[in-house]
Amino acid sequence: MFEARGITKVYHMGEVDVHALNNVDLDLYEGELAVLLGPSGSGKSTLLNILGGLDVPTAGRVRYLDHDLSAYDDRALTLYRREHVGFVFQFYNLIPSLTALENVALVTDIAEDPMPPEQALELVELGERMNHFPSQLSGGEQQRIAIARAIAKRPDVLLCDEPTGALDVQTGIVVLEAIERVNRELGTTTAVITHNAVIAEMADRVIQLSGGLIARIRHNERKMPASELAW
Amino acid sequence: MKALTRKMLRDLLHMRGQALAICLVMASGVATFVMSLSTLDSLQSTLDAYYERYRFAEVFSHLKRAPQPLTARIREIPGVAQVQTRIVEAVTLDMPGLAEPAVGQLISLADRAADGLNRLYLRSGRLVEPGSEREVIVSEAFADAHRLVPGDTVRAVMNGRFERLRVVGVALSPEFIYQIRPGDILPDDLRFGVFWMHTDDLAAAFDMEGAFNDVALTLMPGADEEAVIDRLDRLTERYGGLGAYGRDDQVSHKYVSNEIKELRGMVAVVPVIFLGVAGFLLNVVLSRLISTQREQIAALKAMGYSRWEIGLHYLQMVLMMVVFSVALGTAVGAWMGSGLTRMYTLFFHFPVFEYELDVSVVLLAFAVSAIAGCVGSVHAARRAVRLPPAEAMRPQPPASFRPTVVERIGLQRLLSPAARMILRQLERQPARAMLSCLGIALAVAILVVGNFMEDAIDYGMGFEFQLVQRGDVTVTFVEPTSPTALAEIRSRPGVQHVEPFRAVSARLRAEHRVRRNAVMGLTPGGELFRLMDIDEKPVPLPGDGLVLSRKLAQLLAVDVGDEITVEVLQETRPVRRVAVVGSVNDFTGTNAYMQFAALNRLMRQEDVMSGAFLSIDREREDALYTWLKNAPGIASVTVKNAALDSFRQTIAETLLRMKTFYVAFAVVIAFGVVYNTARISLSERSRDLATLRVVGFSRGEISLIQLGELAVITVISVPLGLVLGYGLAALTSRAFDTEMFRIPLVVYRSTYGFAAVVITIAAIFSGLVVRRMLDRLDLVAVLKTRE
Repeated sequence: MFEARGITKVYHMGEVDVHALNNVDLDLYEGELAVLLGPSGSGKSTLLNILGGLDVPTAGRVRYLDHDLSAYDDRALTLYRREHVGFVFQFYNLIPSLTALENVALVTDIAEDPMPPEQALELVELGERMNHFPSQLSGGEQQRIAIARAIAKRPDVLLCDEPTGALDVQTGIVVLEAIERVNRELGTTTAVITHNAVIAEMADRVIQLSGGLIARIRHNERKMPASELAW
Repeated sequence: MKALTRKMLRDLLHMRGQALAICLVMASGVATFVMSLSTLDSLQSTLDAYYERYRFAEVFSHLKRAPQPLTARIREIPGVAQVQTRIVEAVTLDMPGLAEPAVGQLISLADRAADGLNRLYLRSGRLVEPGSEREVIVSEAFADAHRLVPGDTVRAVMNGRFERLRVVGVALSPEFIYQIRPGDILPDDLRFGVFWMHTDDLAAAFDMEGAFNDVALTLMPGADEEAVIDRLDRLTERYGGLGAYGRDDQVSHKYVSNEIKELRGMVAVVPVIFLGVAGFLLNVVLSRLISTQREQIAALKAMGYSRWEIGLHYLQMVLMMVVFSVALGTAVGAWMGSGLTRMYTLFFHFPVFEYELDVSVVLLAFAVSAIAGCVGSVHAARRAVRLPPAEAMRPQPPASFRPTVVERIGLQRLLSPAARMILRQLERQPARAMLSCLGIALAVAILVVGNFMEDAIDYGMGFEFQLVQRGDVTVTFVEPTSPTALAEIRSRPGVQHVEPFRAVSARLRAEHRVRRNAVMGLTPGGELFRLMDIDEKPVPLPGDGLVLSRKLAQLLAVDVGDEITVEVLQETRPVRRVAVVGSVNDFTGTNAYMQFAALNRLMRQEDVMSGAFLSIDREREDALYTWLKNAPGIASVTVKNAALDSFRQTIAETLLRMKTFYVAFAVVIAFGVVYNTARISLSERSRDLATLRVVGFSRGEISLIQLGELAVITVISVPLGLVLGYGLAALTSRAFDTEMFRIPLVVYRSTYGFAAVVITIAAIFSGLVVRRMLDRLDLVAVLKTRE
């Protein structure tokens, strides 16, 4: 589904150049749940942002189906994100002035064939809290709202950047269960970034990054259900 | 409703205090804009319609006496459309309840007055009838001042005889929208009135049968006014013509069009200040909003919202504020406009003068405000648009600070940590601090300018009526008179001092530049009328030469030492070259002065006078006035204090109202700027302040840091504003530099004090509001939020 070749990303930080990604090749397959594992600074967020059309590589080529993302301008990337990608961030990035339902509606307002926002909230089991504002919800609940918001457009790919990074174990697992369920029931290709090796157990494939390079790719023989994870 | 629209509305509601402050500033701009533009429109359209329907003439000329057949020859001048010849005479009036005599201007009215020029609008009663005796129609302003109604009588001295004039109607004329006695500076409806009498009746009373002494005419479309004036002057020359002039020099029209010009200036300047400040505040507030919403913007972009949609989202917020401001400003502006219109009806007499607010004015106000709003916010919105989503996900790097200039030059030991925080904050965003200062300074300046008008008028009046015109009463004679009349006046009880003057109508010519202007002959070293410069220094009146108003010298483009041609338009009509020997920097009119004797020599006459200045014993004034009312040779009597009082009363109310508006607007700006500056820096610094509280700083101490910044800004702004105010006053003074008036650049100390105090109070009040917010600062919540 995704085909990235020779991806290099260089940031100019003051007078030094930081190589966040160094000539990386990567494929993602339809319907799979991939985990990108690595310590902070390994380049995994950069890679995810490039796949999601939030950032463009300094060099290399990224294809999504028949789209050449590396050749896209801002307009085309925006359209790509709008039509195909669902994002989940570490700090949820909900709009504090909008209720849970309205946060989801933000996406369904502009998507082509969205599910009703209520249904998206049911999927993450937060149907009864839809009229609460983010400040009235716990961290885990906020993250599940963010997942509902990401999937309400029926995206082709769901990209999650440290979705449990700001959560404790129990809430983290509830959030991972929601991601797992979306991947299973809707068949959405899913990529999860984490520095937590335990989470890698729930993936079809684990891609390990280190210092801007892909260190290792492994297939899990047996995917562990999220509910059984512990750290 | 779309979720994004809902976000916009909730964000707006969340920052309602700041939004309201901005809206008030913007609404003030809209209000002044709507007020001045709609009043201007109303005034202009009322004026145009009145002139059109009542056939206001375009060229005017007064002469001594011409036979009726000359009318036909005037009609033959190429370019002349319609001619009205008539008789205009001055009379003194003895009005009940008025000790001093009033002056009436009698104008003849033909049988078919409804077809002629300068038609009357009859407010009540009827027109005068042919064959009637001593029937008059009286001007509404005079009728109102004396509560005259048809059926009343007025006692007048006409051509040396007592007459009772019977009022049959009350009317208005386009010639007297502003009713002022020729030569006067201030209008006085109590002491000057216009009367219309049947031509035959008036001619009989003044021995003017078959003759006329005044011409009014209209021009054909495209006619050359100057050429017509020239031909008319040549025709009337041998009949004592005083020189024709166009509408631009017609007294009433001059005042009305001057007012229109001032309103136009107001439309162009005042709203710009407010909208500029509002734009700046929008920029500051929106920039801050966008930097606190970095991550929200990033999330929206990640969801697939386009740059355009996000930019529009913030501009929509601005547009909402614009809509609110325009609605509020239009309401206030319409209210002020109708008030201003009512005020105008005190000075300007129209048959109907109603305030009208045209939709186009509101639309224009909206367009102008929307542009100001967008210009103010586009910079901030662009930052939101340009924000790369991947970068926005990361928290903003800590703001970079560095030691301030004060510290770098080694004075840090003098500064407490709190003072250092304040200074570094100011220095880190110097542009913002400077614009905040400028905003408050503008508020101070508005107050200074608002009161400057009052100061200038007060000073100008004091100058004119205490330093220059020191006599109590000015008397003019029907005909130039010999000194025996002077002796007679001097002998009246109550008269302390008398000085004669000579005034002649003349044409002053310097190369191709020509002006119709009176030349005034004064007694050198006289006590009752002293030529004085703007800096209160007496101006000498040497030899045979002329001393000109600075403005007149400018208009003629002559300097001291040059010679000009004086063509006298009356009596012997001499034409002479006269040297300009001095110039006087005065406030009103365009004046030319000579020595009394020198002017008489120029006229080839001896000791002839046109009138006299009198200083009198106020205790015995009534007896003197009674004598003056009945003296046949007296054409007019002007009592200085009476005119001054009546003017002061009218102007006082006007000025008070203007001042109230200025204060309200300035406070709105000051509060808007101070409050917003405080809110923003509180939002930027709430974490630091909460941290300080946690480590043990008291509320008072953190307030000091927070409010210290405001205090510094205010302390810098006030003197800056005073200087700016003086500058604006200078600009205003220059803008008002017309032939009719010059406004002296005088700002009283009390004006500076008032401005400084009002703004300081507004700043302190804003500070208290911020202090309350600081007291409510939720330490835990602030520290937990991610910046």
